[in-house]
Amino acid sequence: MARDTAHVAAPESLLASPDQVSQSQISDEIASVHADAASREAAGEAVSRTLHDFPPYRSSLLRHPTKSPKLVDPETIELFSPAYGQRDIAAIESDLTLQSTGGEPQGERMTVEGRLLDSWGRPIANQLIELWQANAAGRYIHQRDQHPAPLDPNFIGAGRVITDDNGHYKFTTIKPGPYPWKNHVNAWRPAHIHFSVFGTGFTQRTVTQMYFPGDPLFALDPIYNTIPRQRDRDNLIARYNHELTVPEFSMGYEWDIVVDGPDATWFEPEEGER
Amino acid sequence: MTEIHSPRGPKTHEPTAGQTVGPFFAYGTEYDRMHQVAFPHSPGSVVLGGRVFDGAGAPVPDAMIEIWSRDADGAIPRARGAFRRDDHTFTGFGRAFSDDDGTWEFWTRNPGTLDGSAAFYAVIVYARGLPDKLHTRVYLPDDEAALAADPLLSSLETDERATLVATRQPDGSLQHDFRLQGDNETVFLQFAPGGEDARGER
Repeated sequence: MARDTAHVAAPESLLASPDQVSQSQISDEIASVHADAASREAAGEAVSRTLHDFPPYRSSLLRHPTKSPKLVDPETIELFSPAYGQRDIAAIESDLTLQSTGGEPQGERMTVEGRLLDSWGRPIANQLIELWQANAAGRYIHQRDQHPAPLDPNFIGAGRVITDDNGHYKFTTIKPGPYPWKNHVNAWRPAHIHFSVFGTGFTQRTVTQMYFPGDPLFALDPIYNTIPRQRDRDNLIARYNHELTVPEFSMGYEWDIVVDGPDATWFEPEEGER
Repeated sequence: MTEIHSPRGPKTHEPTAGQTVGPFFAYGTEYDRMHQVAFPHSPGSVVLGGRVFDGAGAPVPDAMIEIWSRDADGAIPRARGAFRRDDHTFTGFGRAFSDDDGTWEFWTRNPGTLDGSAAFYAVIVYARGLPDKLHTRVYLPDDEAALAADPLLSSLETDERATLVATRQPDGSLQHDFRLQGDNETVFLQFAPGGEDARGER
């Protein structure tokens, strides 16, 4: 079974780009792609919210489609989403500080709260949100992450939660650190948390990343900048909310996730399980 | 049992833009038996598998594939528990990672339809180096009349159509490759707004 080998890592060299150019060259390329996208949009062209063809992100070069996607009417199965409920996960999985059997993880304890909404601002209940992240030192527990920052024996960095009746979710975790990667010389990713969310339809399925306000690495990062519009990038940045900060315990951040999709969705009456 | 819901008025919220799953999704998205949509070797179960290739024809060793489909009788699975497999409930949803050879594999069932239309798996491909998810479909190869009548397939050139139809192996399993770029690039999908005229049972 392929599953047993999923964690057998490909060579570390796969993570490095074939060229190792400077940050200034990457930054120039980002500016150039953004300017091109802005002018195409100004000319009335529909520009993707995230650009698949984004050369500054070097490992995208051979991995993005070159043809435009085919516009299709969704079939019924695509207007439904897998059904989730509390049975699918354990409540404790939303607290990433409790996923190891040791003591307290190192770093800045925080909570991230928000709502899962559709394009009309309606909350989406009973949906699975998964997240994964680096530890406070910027290290993932993954064979391919070999940069010399410490692993934290008390922090794994993965969690899950099911949204409540108001589409609300909440995670307790540790603020991740920035980390180096091999896209170019001196490439560092802004601190971020990966989010995977389901909506009411498979067409709404999204994997994205949440960032933290005021990060000096934003303008330098090719992955963050695969999103050409500033307002779309701004929407990936969580808001510090002092009301959510727990005295003597944790810092509070707020971040809502909006899923799009076809204008109509198939619904079934709720069957009661939560 | 189902009703169509189409809110009036313009959209009020900007969708959150997608981002790459990155190289380290494996430990955050993996769960037990995630590729066992149907219990292995159970009656009616089939293997659906293939490989992922990049624009140079090299295997993509760090992709994530998700499938979502009807059951064999055409029913849309509504049972919970895709993350806690009980080994008998068919939930329709599965997730697999490609290995160093670019290979991914599921145990699932042949999806059916209720109206004789072409049966397919809805698929999403994610990978390091892929800035956002890609939607596609994998159609069953068996019913040629249904495939010929399918609105999407019939709108495609022959070589494009071939990228969406699986190959049935002598042992009954299904084989299908995804090519992210280049020759025989997989046809990826964008969903039209609407749904008023989407087919479906009431």
